[in-house]
Amino acid sequence: MTSDYPRIIRDGLWDSNVILAQVLALCPTLAVTSTATNGLGMGLATTAVLVGSNGLVASLRRWVSPQVRIPVFVIIIASLVTLVDMALNAWLHELYKVLGLFIALIVVNCAILGRAEAFASRNRVPAALLDGLMMGLGFTLALVVMGGFRELLGSGTLFAGASQLLGPGFAFLELRLIPGYSGFLLAILPPGGFLTLGLLLAGKRMIDARVAQRRRLTATQSSPSAA
Amino acid sequence: MNTDTRPAYQGHLGYQAGLLGGFATLAGALLVGGHLLTQDAIALRLQEDLSRSLEQVIPARLHDNDPAASPLELSDSDGAPVRAYRALRGHEVTGVALRVTGYGYAGAIDLVLGLDPAGRILGVRVLAHKETPGLGDQIDAAKGDWIRHFDGKSLGDPPADRWGVKRDGGVFDQFAGATISPRGVVKAIKEGLMLFREHRAALLVPPVVTTQGQGRDPRPRPSPTP
Repeated sequence: MTSDYPRIIRDGLWDSNVILAQVLALCPTLAVTSTATNGLGMGLATTAVLVGSNGLVASLRRWVSPQVRIPVFVIIIASLVTLVDMALNAWLHELYKVLGLFIALIVVNCAILGRAEAFASRNRVPAALLDGLMMGLGFTLALVVMGGFRELLGSGTLFAGASQLLGPGFAFLELRLIPGYSGFLLAILPPGGFLTLGLLLAGKRMIDARVAQRRRLTATQSSPSAA
Repeated sequence: MNTDTRPAYQGHLGYQAGLLGGFATLAGALLVGGHLLTQDAIALRLQEDLSRSLEQVIPARLHDNDPAASPLELSDSDGAPVRAYRALRGHEVTGVALRVTGYGYAGAIDLVLGLDPAGRILGVRVLAHKETPGLGDQIDAAKGDWIRHFDGKSLGDPPADRWGVKRDGGVFDQFAGATISPRGVVKAIKEGLMLFREHRAALLVPPVVTTQGQGRDPRPRPSPTP
């Protein structure tokens, strides 16, 4: 059990980021990140489901015996996603028309089962909720960066269609950064997704390595007599 | 998971079977409940979507009835049902909207196709689809202008063998990275136009508005020639 909340936040956003560190959930990631807006929609919908499933799994953890936990978690997640799908379709229909494409994809997101298994089934409800939220936000962040990069290279825009997802107040996000740009098609196609993901993973490693190096340097400078 | 802190009964096969069965039953019950709770609202939303799409493909100035109210059931060459909605002004059919289905990259694409009595396209809109976000979803009027290029086209314009996407030797653009979605849409529109030609006489007979508001069987009466 852990209730080290700053640690949970750091893990979710960076250290154990679903995509950048755990390299999970690549199917929906590669499929939807052709624009930053799509990445944002997928990320937010996943975050909602992740918080719900983590909360449920953590509150039921005492009764779910280890031998049958995986099928039970799968049932919980699939039911949750289906209920969210129906409720959005019925009562938030405009949002559903935009997000609807992503919601069915969430069922196959292994990161959700991964968090249920690795964290929520061993921790108290508040910690599990926070973990779900942070893992979801970390996932969203990675998707938006990937989508933004691919969109910029592929069609020269950023956040195209954001006002449909978030409401007309967010139309200012929609930028056409390179006017008259015909687009680098590869970036939008699936191979572009793999290339972007590779660059992103390498980028995270580089930042981590540099941070570690700086930490080592300051450590040796502060204690020169130890060397 | 810490197995040693668990009560012994949780290790029994019966408990586990019961737990799994219980969860499956509970989940099933919840989903049935959710479905019952939302199905009316969803049907209503879909009806609203349909009315709104019909408004987009049949201009309001063309009719004074509610085209969504009295659909006519046709069947296409494969025997699948196709709904036709008729726009009336006075007692004259001024437009017909057909609900046709195309098949894209990720399954069915539901379209509504608006035609004037001569068989020219007034407008086409996508009602529902599951095409790839950012690629195939450009067929949606909310995401791109592509679907408007069909306005004013008919079965002879372009000629029948040119009714396809450019990759197939037709006149309609595909999108960068997505050929299958536009191909499905173009094919569905062409089939809709052929269906209209086949059933034109029946479609242009105005529906008889009965007391139930269901003018299903058109009584034979001289149809106005457009």
